[in-house]
Amino acid sequence: MDTRALDIIRGYNGRPIRVMEVCGTHTHAIFKFGIRNILPDNIKLISGPGCPVCVTETGFIDEAIYLAMEKGVTITTFGDLVRVPGTEMNLAGARAKGAKLKIVYTPLDAALYAKDHPDEKVVFLSVGFETTVPAACLAVKKAKEWGVSNFSLLTANKTMDEAYRVLKGSADAFLYPGHVSAISGMGILRELRDEGISGVVCGFTADEILTALAIIVKKIEKGEPFAENAYPRVVADDGAPIARKLIAETMQPCEATWRGIGTIPGSGLELNSEYEAFDARKVYDVPEMHGHPNKACRCGDVLMGRIKPHECPVFGKVCTPEHPIGACMVSSEGTCSAYYKYDLG
Amino acid sequence: MEEFITLAHGSGGRKTSELIGNLFKKYFANDYLTADDAAVLPGLSGRIAMTTDGFIVSPCEFPGGNIGKLSICGTVNDLACMGAKPTYLTCSFVIEEGFPVAKLEEIAAAMAKTAKEAGVSIVAGDTKVAGRGQVDGVFITTTGVGLIEEGADLSGAYAKPGDAILVTGDVGRHGTTILLARDEYGIEADVTSDCAPLWGTVKSMLDETKDIHVLRDATRGGVGTVLYEIAEESGVGITINEAVIPVDPAVAGVCGMLGLEPLYLACEGRLVVFAPKEKAEALLTVLRQGKYSESAAIIGEVTDDHKGRVVVRTPIGSETLLPPPGGELLPRIC
Repeated sequence: MDTRALDIIRGYNGRPIRVMEVCGTHTHAIFKFGIRNILPDNIKLISGPGCPVCVTETGFIDEAIYLAMEKGVTITTFGDLVRVPGTEMNLAGARAKGAKLKIVYTPLDAALYAKDHPDEKVVFLSVGFETTVPAACLAVKKAKEWGVSNFSLLTANKTMDEAYRVLKGSADAFLYPGHVSAISGMGILRELRDEGISGVVCGFTADEILTALAIIVKKIEKGEPFAENAYPRVVADDGAPIARKLIAETMQPCEATWRGIGTIPGSGLELNSEYEAFDARKVYDVPEMHGHPNKACRCGDVLMGRIKPHECPVFGKVCTPEHPIGACMVSSEGTCSAYYKYDLG
Repeated sequence: MEEFITLAHGSGGRKTSELIGNLFKKYFANDYLTADDAAVLPGLSGRIAMTTDGFIVSPCEFPGGNIGKLSICGTVNDLACMGAKPTYLTCSFVIEEGFPVAKLEEIAAAMAKTAKEAGVSIVAGDTKVAGRGQVDGVFITTTGVGLIEEGADLSGAYAKPGDAILVTGDVGRHGTTILLARDEYGIEADVTSDCAPLWGTVKSMLDETKDIHVLRDATRGGVGTVLYEIAEESGVGITINEAVIPVDPAVAGVCGMLGLEPLYLACEGRLVVFAPKEKAEALLTVLRQGKYSESAAIIGEVTDDHKGRVVVRTPIGSETLLPPPGGELLPRIC
């Protein structure tokens, strides 16, 4: 293999650098490739809040369970959400008590299911960042075109731009999530650079991650804020305008609550007035729910990079991938799950 | 007119005799398979291995095979992993009412062809028909007996530090094939199951050396699960080199898209071999000449440290833990 990136990283002898990988898939890849184990002591990787399942509030699961149990809707969801704990139970538990639950691989499948089952009320649990949102937008757009009225979204979608600003200072540089940038492009990252926030857009192979880290090392040595694209095979400078247009047509920014971070204005997405007939909260008049996560779980601190998973009192003992207490252990992108699965200890 | 299996085919009466006579006997005929209540067989002199396995794969046909071929390979390969030449086999069918007779015939034909290749006689059988919805299509159970090759002494508990670990071909193909055959993901890829009878492969290795410690076929749970099983049963550590693990590019592509690990996807024609390091190259040479093992590779070694764990040496020179087998395996793949 080409070792130039690794040579640059290993040759770094400046002040300690903290790099935050924002994306859960990066966290997973970094563990899978054992990258932490070959970095010098003065380069630390910290995991950020970029796993959509992990930043989803307990109250969202409570809302989904309410819809299934009280309103008799069929919940369609990505598989990851099924075992995320709500206040009383998770969706798997609700299923055991009679809730109708269907795992789908894309939101469009949920819309198609609604079309094929006009006698059921179908709600898709729409979580995810810029990468996933356009697929949910397409699903409601198609449902509207088809005249499907028994389909709606329970949204907890989030966007990264404002989150980067909130996270400013928690790391010297970000490994920007490649697939978010594939949608939003480099423009926003240059704006952040001008505000003093640095980072490199990163792909998901070992070589791509090492290359991005080598760029960070070189740029930090120079001392200027930076925004670079180390994933050009996927990320175009202007991102994916078609996907952004789809979002703009169907959704609008809103305030969002992030588990572990709190409320960030303008960091969420909800359906706009033209599509409010597809907003499950409005269609089913869902009461406000805040949710109460298990107090022993320190997912929030893990998400902010304040503690490592094994500093959480329940990690690996009562909280395992088979019996998760917190969302970070449930999702395959979650930080706790990655530590549990790959860490040599 | 298309014929279907009815409950009458399982009643023990004329329809049952017809089904057995026209279909099973036609394909399975041999001197030992008679109308009597049990097969009467010549004795086998030496140590005998015996095993049984049930097959419920969905869908029952897939690129590279069907449930019939699988039901022979599964049992034959389990015998082969003990160093036993498969000799006699029995099979038991539970067929769903309404199953097309033509499909059953394809399954029987595949069983006969595979049994012939494996050198095993189907000496007894049973047919039951279950009402619609009580089984899915057809379920098959096979039981096999084999004669253990003189000098072979194999067990999952015999891996030793210093052993080399080989796989007899690229990994994860059967699991990927079944996944795609279910058509749930809308992904198309040119992947064929590796399903194959492996006595010939084992025999060629035993002819090269009897000094083989462990043979195990990587079925459900794939090669990753086998490695953890052996680490546990032998009380050793295992290190594998990710860069040399053979994975078909299409399999790697599908796994990449769906977030699956090829090492944890089922194989139905791959063995994991543990043998002293100094024998590894000779075994590899033999394997690469074999029909079902051309892409064989030495993927790692057994160690004295990290007992019970499987460590992956990555292409960038780092080490990481192979995630222990979890509950994420696919249902009904064999």
